[in-house]
Amino acid sequence: MADSQLVEQIKEKCRDVEVDAEQRLVVGPDKLLGLMKELRDTFGFDFLSNVTAADYPDYFEVIYHPCRIRDAAMVTVKTRVDKKRPRVPSVCGLWGAANWQEREVYDLFGIVFEGHPDLRRIFLEDDFPGHPLRKSFPLAEQREYLGG
Amino acid sequence: MILRLDHEVITEAIPVVGYLHRGLEKLAEARTYTQVIPYTDRMDYLAAMLNNLGYVQAVEKLAGIEVPERAEYIRVICAELSRIASHLLFVATFAMDVGAVTGFMYPFRDRERVLDLFEMVSGSRMTVSYMRIGGVAEDLPEEFLPTLKKFLDDLPACIDEYNGLITGNEIFQARTKNVGRLDPQVAINYGISGPVLRASGVYYDLRKLRPYGIYDRFDFEVPLGKNGDCFDRFVVRIKEIEQSARIIRQAMEQLPEGPIMGKVPKVLRPPKGAEVYHEIEGAKGILGFYLVSDGSNRPYRMHVRAPSFINLGLINEMVRGWKVADVIAILGSIDICLGEVDR
Repeated sequence: MADSQLVEQIKEKCRDVEVDAEQRLVVGPDKLLGLMKELRDTFGFDFLSNVTAADYPDYFEVIYHPCRIRDAAMVTVKTRVDKKRPRVPSVCGLWGAANWQEREVYDLFGIVFEGHPDLRRIFLEDDFPGHPLRKSFPLAEQREYLGG
Repeated sequence: MILRLDHEVITEAIPVVGYLHRGLEKLAEARTYTQVIPYTDRMDYLAAMLNNLGYVQAVEKLAGIEVPERAEYIRVICAELSRIASHLLFVATFAMDVGAVTGFMYPFRDRERVLDLFEMVSGSRMTVSYMRIGGVAEDLPEEFLPTLKKFLDDLPACIDEYNGLITGNEIFQARTKNVGRLDPQVAINYGISGPVLRASGVYYDLRKLRPYGIYDRFDFEVPLGKNGDCFDRFVVRIKEIEQSARIIRQAMEQLPEGPIMGKVPKVLRPPKGAEVYHEIEGAKGILGFYLVSDGSNRPYRMHVRAPSFINLGLINEMVRGWKVADVIAILGSIDICLGEVDR
């Protein structure tokens, strides 16, 4: 859980952000870049440790874990993305660490990162059908179980 | 890796990864929390104990499980042994990569002793699956601590050997000094972690800055480099082997008696909607586990923040402008494990 005092300060500076019960910052995709820029420039979060996504029944969620080198502080930033048109602004311009991680999310979930300099699949072949980490993509064993 | 060249100089390097992609994150969604543990071994298979540790600690956070003291100490001993094993392999393969094939044999001989210790405690040399949610699988056998002590006593002489044969070697130094210098600000921006980051002079070791388990009880140093070149990345890891040995000795001294498994329900169901992201200092860098629970006995989502994957992302910037022979030195000095890159 992120330090609640720090989260308070962030909420003060960035009005569009909501804070959930576990001190995580939740923001819409349109306000994401603004928040990330504040985190990096004002609050000193210079180290983007983790970018990933999750598939929930009604939406995709993209999750970021920016950190600070000087004191290893970490916050969680989440944004919800529409399943029918999954697009999120890329944060590659802020942290180079996002480059490959966003490609991985694109490859496995099909979420498009707008503004990414080189958005292409990374693990799977270019013509692989579908996006495996989506819940709608069954594992081979699940397919047999369903009689498919 | 595809290299675009202008005569002998690299203009672009395009890594093509995914040949070891097994879909572990997807598979984890169809297994119980305990059944996922063997999958974690197979990510960074050169330092399996550390993977186990990161995962079980994440689940313990998720479900609020406490680990008994003896298990914590055993975990530290095994985790640091794993780090030593991984770094010994790095020393061996890096020496071989730059051409010193005999340099491969000496660290591997010593790594065998660590693998023997793992086999003693878990039945397996590499893919150990030794840690469990709430503790460790079994207690240490009788022969373990004396064998470990002998290994640690012999280790300084082994490191002297490596320094004499490899580190101090003129040709090795010519191949690695000032090659592939990594600027610390670039490294931080690209999410580089572990010995690569520390070789560029950045003090960032989670065992010190965000201690997990009982790491705050140990006295050890974090070796830093100055130039961020291949040579520094090599020397930092040699020094880390020494520091890990230091931690293990302290853990052996402080090791208490007691149970090795905490209170864990028969069927583990973390609370619905619970979510955790836990990072540890792995052998290759920061190893993170992101877990989401839906209240069932299987993870709803598991993501692994793999240090080798992220460290490899910078390779293009690092090798541009160098020659082909230097690419091998630079790529080797990052020390990646493909199992972790692809997952």
